[in-house]
Amino acid sequence: MIANLSTYESVQPDNVKVWFKAGPASKFPKNGGACIKYKDKQIAIFNFTRQATWYACQNLCPHKMEMVLSRGMIGEEDMQPKVACPLHKNTFSLKTGKNLNGSLDAIATYPVKVEGEFVFVGFSE
Amino acid sequence: MFYTYLYVILLSSLKSKLMKTIIVVGNGMVGYKFCEKIAAREESENFKIIVFGEEPRAAYDRVHLSEFFGNRDAKALELAPMSWYTENKIELIVNERVTDIHRKTKTVTTGSDKEYTYDYLVLATGSSPFVPAINGVEKEGVFVYRTIEDLEAMLNYAEKIKAKKSNGRAAILGGGLLGLEAGKAVMDMGLEPHVVEYAPKLMPRQLDSRSSNVLQLTLENMGINIHSGKATNRILGNGAITGMDFGEDDTLEVDMLVISAGIRPRDELGKTCNLEMGIRGGIVVNDRMQTSDPNIFAIGEVALYNQMIYGLVAPGYEMAEVAVNQIIESFEIVMRPEIDMSTKLKLIGVDVASFGIPYMPADKGLSIIYENKTKGLYKRINVSHDGKTLLGGIMVGDAEDYSILHQMYLNNIPLPDNAEELIVGARGEGGSAFGSAMDLPDTAVICSCEAVTKGAVCCSVIDDGNETVKEVAKATKATTGCGGCKPMVADLVKESLKSLGKTVKESICEHFDYSRQELFDIVKLKNIHDYDQLLDEVGKGHGCEVCKPLAASIFASIYNETANRQETIQDSNDRYLANIQRNGTYSVVPRVAGGEISPKQLMAMGRIAKKYDLYTKITGGQRIDMFGAKLHELPLIWEELIAEGFETGQAYGKSLRTVKSCVGSTWCRYGMDESVSFAIEIENRYKGIRSPHKFKGGVSGCIRECAEARGKDFGFIAVEGGWNVYVGGNGGATPRHAELLAEKVDKETAIKYVDRFMMFYIKTAPPLTRTAAWLDKLEGGITYLKNVVINDSLGIVDELDTDMQNFVDTYKCEWKEAVETPEIRERYTHFINSDETDDNIEFVSLREQKMPKEWA
Ligand SMILES: Cc1cc2nc3c(=O)[nH]c(=O)nc-3n(C[C@H](O)[C@H](O)[C@H](O)COP(=O)(O)OP(=O)(O)OC[C@H]3O[C@@H](n4cnc5c(N)ncnc54)[C@H](O)[C@@H]3O)c2cc1C
Ligand code: SF4
Ligand code: SF4
Ligand code: FES
Repeated sequence: MIANLSTYESVQPDNVKVWFKAGPASKFPKNGGACIKYKDKQIAIFNFTRQATWYACQNLCPHKMEMVLSRGMIGEEDMQPKVACPLHKNTFSLKTGKNLNGSLDAIATYPVKVEGEFVFVGFSE
Repeated sequence: MFYTYLYVILLSSLKSKLMKTIIVVGNGMVGYKFCEKIAAREESENFKIIVFGEEPRAAYDRVHLSEFFGNRDAKALELAPMSWYTENKIELIVNERVTDIHRKTKTVTTGSDKEYTYDYLVLATGSSPFVPAINGVEKEGVFVYRTIEDLEAMLNYAEKIKAKKSNGRAAILGGGLLGLEAGKAVMDMGLEPHVVEYAPKLMPRQLDSRSSNVLQLTLENMGINIHSGKATNRILGNGAITGMDFGEDDTLEVDMLVISAGIRPRDELGKTCNLEMGIRGGIVVNDRMQTSDPNIFAIGEVALYNQMIYGLVAPGYEMAEVAVNQIIESFEIVMRPEIDMSTKLKLIGVDVASFGIPYMPADKGLSIIYENKTKGLYKRINVSHDGKTLLGGIMVGDAEDYSILHQMYLNNIPLPDNAEELIVGARGEGGSAFGSAMDLPDTAVICSCEAVTKGAVCCSVIDDGNETVKEVAKATKATTGCGGCKPMVADLVKESLKSLGKTVKESICEHFDYSRQELFDIVKLKNIHDYDQLLDEVGKGHGCEVCKPLAASIFASIYNETANRQETIQDSNDRYLANIQRNGTYSVVPRVAGGEISPKQLMAMGRIAKKYDLYTKITGGQRIDMFGAKLHELPLIWEELIAEGFETGQAYGKSLRTVKSCVGSTWCRYGMDESVSFAIEIENRYKGIRSPHKFKGGVSGCIRECAEARGKDFGFIAVEGGWNVYVGGNGGATPRHAELLAEKVDKETAIKYVDRFMMFYIKTAPPLTRTAAWLDKLEGGITYLKNVVINDSLGIVDELDTDMQNFVDTYKCEWKEAVETPEIRERYTHFINSDETDDNIEFVSLREQKMPKEWA
């Protein structure tokens, strides 16, 4: 199956209908990401340990439509948390999804919460 | 109280009576510069300024117009936003043409039939492209190259051509400065470029025929076709252009044509109100920029000064400065009698520059010419008969020295005794024949677009505390015009900082205010092992994709730690110890030291590649690359490879790739020594070492150089009586031959020198800089390097030797570590909540193997 950008649409915290249990927090590397599957979606989840925050976004890089963002490095630019695609280092804000170093389409971002040992991602369907 | 009030009223009404109106016609580069310069003066309060621009937008940077092809961003070219005009109380009316001037009533009328009164009128209407009266020029697909709208139209048309056919062609009429720029632009648009020039040579005004030939060869190699000595008779095509006819059955099929055959001043307003005009156009001005009507000024490309039109921004900017001064009654500021028309071609990927008198007959002076067609180089300087003054010159292929030669010419700096060194110079041996930009007088104008002197640049560093080219540009405006003076300004900034005992700051990113070398020393000194600790102790914020891998490389270089420990700060490839490929799969490359591989190993590799359905290919570095492994397959594949005796090839790391070897004296009848054995030994010595960038080696058994060792970061060549050692070579995007570090030394000495060279590089190079680029920038070059590694001029060789030996002693195969450690193995799954694999990956077949499906 070749991925389709329209599968991914940002979800705001108020619109969450499903909190999907993605896995135990311990499975996510410190200051790094991992990928999970939810229905037909691939979602990258980042454990931004330094900021004690979690972020989630589509795993699909809109540049060349590859499922790779979870393997990218995370970081921060002008106070914005961001992820750099491992293929060509396009960077995206983990808050707004905006492409920070170019004019690619924004990526979809999703709310994340941690309860107990587990990480949950919010979806609207 | 009452009286003060009255006084204020009186004053303000008096003031508005006294306020004079300046109308500027034309909001191009020079018209804008006039506004900028007058707005900066206090006296501007006494004037009301109204500007008319016929184009739909505020003035933009026409000089860099071609950049629009790359980014299609009109905003980026803007000289100042609309709000700037408002803030400076300048009324800018765009999209409005001034149609008539009535000198008696001192009014102008506009296209929408409005009338405005002026006290001073400034004509900055520029020029329009000259379109020769060739039969058929009105056809569709024929363009000129002057405004953003022209470019948009060209882009749209090119898209249409490309939709119809894959091999569309575009011709440029005119092989001058602008024509060549246009040629490159249409090539970048994906069309096959053809430059058609009437004269027998390119850039007829700036180049002599030999340099023009050299340029033509270079351009043709780049894929720009040149047709010189061709007069176009007719443009062919029914409605839209299909070709050009040069007469006598000589035609050229093209789908599009860009006319760049010179400019004609837009002097129609001057003509209709009877100002004095030049015979071939242009509004005549005196050295105050006044036309024959003292209240009307003309500046920029419309002005005819000393019987010449100047098609460059720098003279136009100077005219704007003069006009401003005349209007605010600083009458002593007038135009210089001589105008410098030196130029440097930009953007097209080959250096071309000419200054002063580019070429001339022998009775006027003597010329020194250096030509090397194989390298596309031509340099000529013209010197006075007494050998004392530089009259002008031409440079093709390498215009690095343009700025300084141009300055010598402008400032009449006496020539050295051996003037030829100016162009063939003792370069590479550290420094050129004529010293540095610092030797110029303070009055030397460095940035001619903005008339910034050397003194002003240095002052801005020394007295005003600016430390970077960017800051200096902001403070002085130097470099903000054509940008040609950037290298020289950068030199001046660097040297001025040096005179203050400071060095140029090269900070890594917003998180670390240090250069790589500084950070390297800090990590070592403070014995820091963790990235987080480094960030907390000497950095700020939370890091990024620039400083993380850089820190990882430093940790690896100091502690020889593998990429497995702090995996999330590693670059894409290091993180999973494999090279990520187009579709997010990986390639696997085991080490095959020196390119020597046994049949048994070959079979083992073949078996494993077959089992995991991998695409295999021999790499440029004499080993075998296996492509198409999915993330979760990597540990499985490596487990099998390791069982067969292979180890990681670090093809993913900024580390040693391969040491390429020829077959050498064991088999080759010419061989002077055993190149393979040496290559294997050295590859095993340096394997796994992380460095600022990847590095490669080569060993050849004799000077026939079959291993291409001089194209590598380090190379050994066997000669009578020992090995020659070369360093700093590179293939790739910017090829460079390695330089000789030592001659006829024995193997142990050869290794020792390269050990030290590598360690010195690892410690001091900026991030992602190959040895070639590092050596190029190293002050003193190879001579300095020899002193460091051979003569121990810095007293550090013991330390370099120990550090290198430590690397060699602590090597371990990181893939072995990975497959044997369950926590590391666990990282190799696509989903952490499912055992499924990535279903986004699709392959298609290719010559009995497979490849990733094309990007949609
Ligand atoms: C592609 C390209 C590359 C170039 N590269 C270089 C370079 O590398 N170095 C260099 O020095 N120079 C270069 N030039 C030349 C440089 O751009 C010109 O010298 C400069 O723009 C001249 O400025 P100007 O204000 O006189 O004319 P313009 O910039 O042409 O401005 C004149 C303006 O007046 C407007 N106008 C005309 N008549 C009227 C009217 N009646 N009413 C209202 N408005 C009117 C026009 O529409 C135009 O906007 C280049 C030019 C081009 C096109
Ligand atoms: S470099 Fe010399 S020794 Fe090596 S293969 Fe070539 S000819 Fe033979
Ligand atoms: S030359 Fe370019 S396309 Fe070929 S392997 Fe290197 S980076 Fe890839
Ligand atoms: S595929 Fe992500 S940056 Fe190119």
